[in-house]
Amino acid sequence: MFQSKGKTILFFVILFFLFITLMGSTFEVSETEQVIITQFGKPVGNPITEPGLHFKVPFIQDTHFFDKRYMEWDGDPNQITTKDKRYIKVDTYARWRISDPLLFFQRVRDERGAHTRLDDILDGETRNAIANQNLSEIVRSTNRTPQINEDLNEQENSFLKIEIGRDKIAKTILAAAALKTKDLGIELLDIRFKRINYIEEVQQKIFERMISERERIADKFRSEGQGEALKILGDKERELKKIDSEAYKLAQTIIGEADAEATKIFASAYNQSQDARDFYRFLKTMETYLTTLNEKDLLILSTKGDFFKYLDNKNAK
Amino acid sequence: MDQASPINFKNFRSGNIFKKIIGIIIAIMALILIFSSWFTISPEEVGVVLRFGKYQRTVESGLNFKIPFGVEDVLKVPVERQLKMEFGFRTLNPGINTEYDTGDYTYESLMLTGDLNAANVEWIVQYRIKDPYQFLFKVRNATSSLRDVTESLMQEVIGDRTVNEVLTVGRQEIATLVTVKLQEITNQYEMGIQVDQVVLQDVNPPDKVKPSFNRVNEAQQEKEKLINQAWSEYNKIIPKAKGDAERTIEEAKGYALERINKAKGDANRFNALFKEYMKAKEVTMQRMYLETMGAVLQKVGKKMIVDDKTGGILPYLNLNQDGGK
Repeated sequence: MFQSKGKTILFFVILFFLFITLMGSTFEVSETEQVIITQFGKPVGNPITEPGLHFKVPFIQDTHFFDKRYMEWDGDPNQITTKDKRYIKVDTYARWRISDPLLFFQRVRDERGAHTRLDDILDGETRNAIANQNLSEIVRSTNRTPQINEDLNEQENSFLKIEIGRDKIAKTILAAAALKTKDLGIELLDIRFKRINYIEEVQQKIFERMISERERIADKFRSEGQGEALKILGDKERELKKIDSEAYKLAQTIIGEADAEATKIFASAYNQSQDARDFYRFLKTMETYLTTLNEKDLLILSTKGDFFKYLDNKNAK
Repeated sequence: MDQASPINFKNFRSGNIFKKIIGIIIAIMALILIFSSWFTISPEEVGVVLRFGKYQRTVESGLNFKIPFGVEDVLKVPVERQLKMEFGFRTLNPGINTEYDTGDYTYESLMLTGDLNAANVEWIVQYRIKDPYQFLFKVRNATSSLRDVTESLMQEVIGDRTVNEVLTVGRQEIATLVTVKLQEITNQYEMGIQVDQVVLQDVNPPDKVKPSFNRVNEAQQEKEKLINQAWSEYNKIIPKAKGDAERTIEEAKGYALERINKAKGDANRFNALFKEYMKAKEVTMQRMYLETMGAVLQKVGKKMIVDDKTGGILPYLNLNQDGGK
């Protein structure tokens, strides 16, 4: 009884130690991790990058886990002055990974250490690159020709010509920084400008400028409207005069031609011979007597005239 | 008995309990074994199975099995679900009347345009997880990476356009360009993400500048109004003037017709008369003269007949009844 109980306890104790040893000698490496093993603080063997179950000497060897994936680095917004003296805030981000865990472990120990170094390197390089450039170079990427919107009274191409451009500047920073981070066991995949903006005080000025530009466009619209309206009204006046005068011209021509025609007709009748002329004169005179004289008139006639000559002398001739 | 029986009893009991405990433990183990060896994957997900942390296989939706006791682990990734990311605004409560966060997100949306003006751009990105392996194991925090990349690209594309392009004509082009570039970069970063589309939402001038943009619109309206008014004035006057002109011309034509007809009539009449006159000149003339004088003298109120022999004008004959009064 006693013996068997003692055996059982012993069995469990051994089992327990075996378990502890087993636990201490195996470790799991996930897909996202890489591990270096140190013995009394000194690295041994190659870094383990293959995921799965791995072994080490228990108690005397230690494991140090590092991430294998691409990680983010987000810079603090930096206030930088560009070459053309614009005050801007630049926010960058970078992708990086631990390419040499041993070197990484020796140089910066852990991610916190890495971030501190990355801050120094990347902020520094960003500052250098931007301070040497005009703002347009950092904002723009190409020398494309913008579409001109005539509705908005746009001037021609409002873009300044650029020589380098956003992408190349970022690549310059990447190249310069990558050289420095390589020594830390860090590989930089990419660095990009996330946000570029004017600092607050400058922003106000930019807004004011935009406002005044809009006012200018609005004013232009208004005066264009007035101008075009006046032009239409002018057109109207001219058109009116043209219509009136053309009608007058045509009407007078027609009337003149008719008068001429009538005159021709009269002449052909009244002017056919001396007799016709005499007769016409006589006829017209008679007609005129009839139409011009009325009861208010005083008519003084002489007995010498044809009509009353018989009053004096029935034999008058 | 008193001494033996408790021991016996104890022995009997303790053996029994021991066996029972073993049995219960085995049963529990078996249960855990069963329950931890199967798992279900919903239709929109896939399961990524890891053995001791190492990628083993990807399983489709439905009932699946794994080795229990922490040997195999499953990570579920919703590959079929379309995911959305908002920039410049945040939806609080989607619904019929979607609620939006009232916070200020201009730090995301306010950006520089190529002509060094500023614009407020709000947009969304719709994406899916294309490659769960890459999504999980290649990039730490793939979604926040996607945010960074998207913001950077939007700033880049906006930075290459004028403020007017951004606000008016360029919207679709910008969205398309960002979609394409975003896919390029996510591939380069091995994020395992498929970008479905980038959609620009509100694109506005900065708040402080907005009223002046509205004033431009108003001025544009005003311009149209002035021009329309002028045209309406034009249209009121000109067709009427044209009508008047037509009338003047028609009247002239009427006059011409009348004039010529009358002239012809007069001429014909004269000719007829003249023909007869020529046959008996003296008499006809005499007759006509006398007839006319007769008519004239009847019409005229006062007549004076003067004789040469009396001389002067005073000796007169009043032929009227009330003449001389």
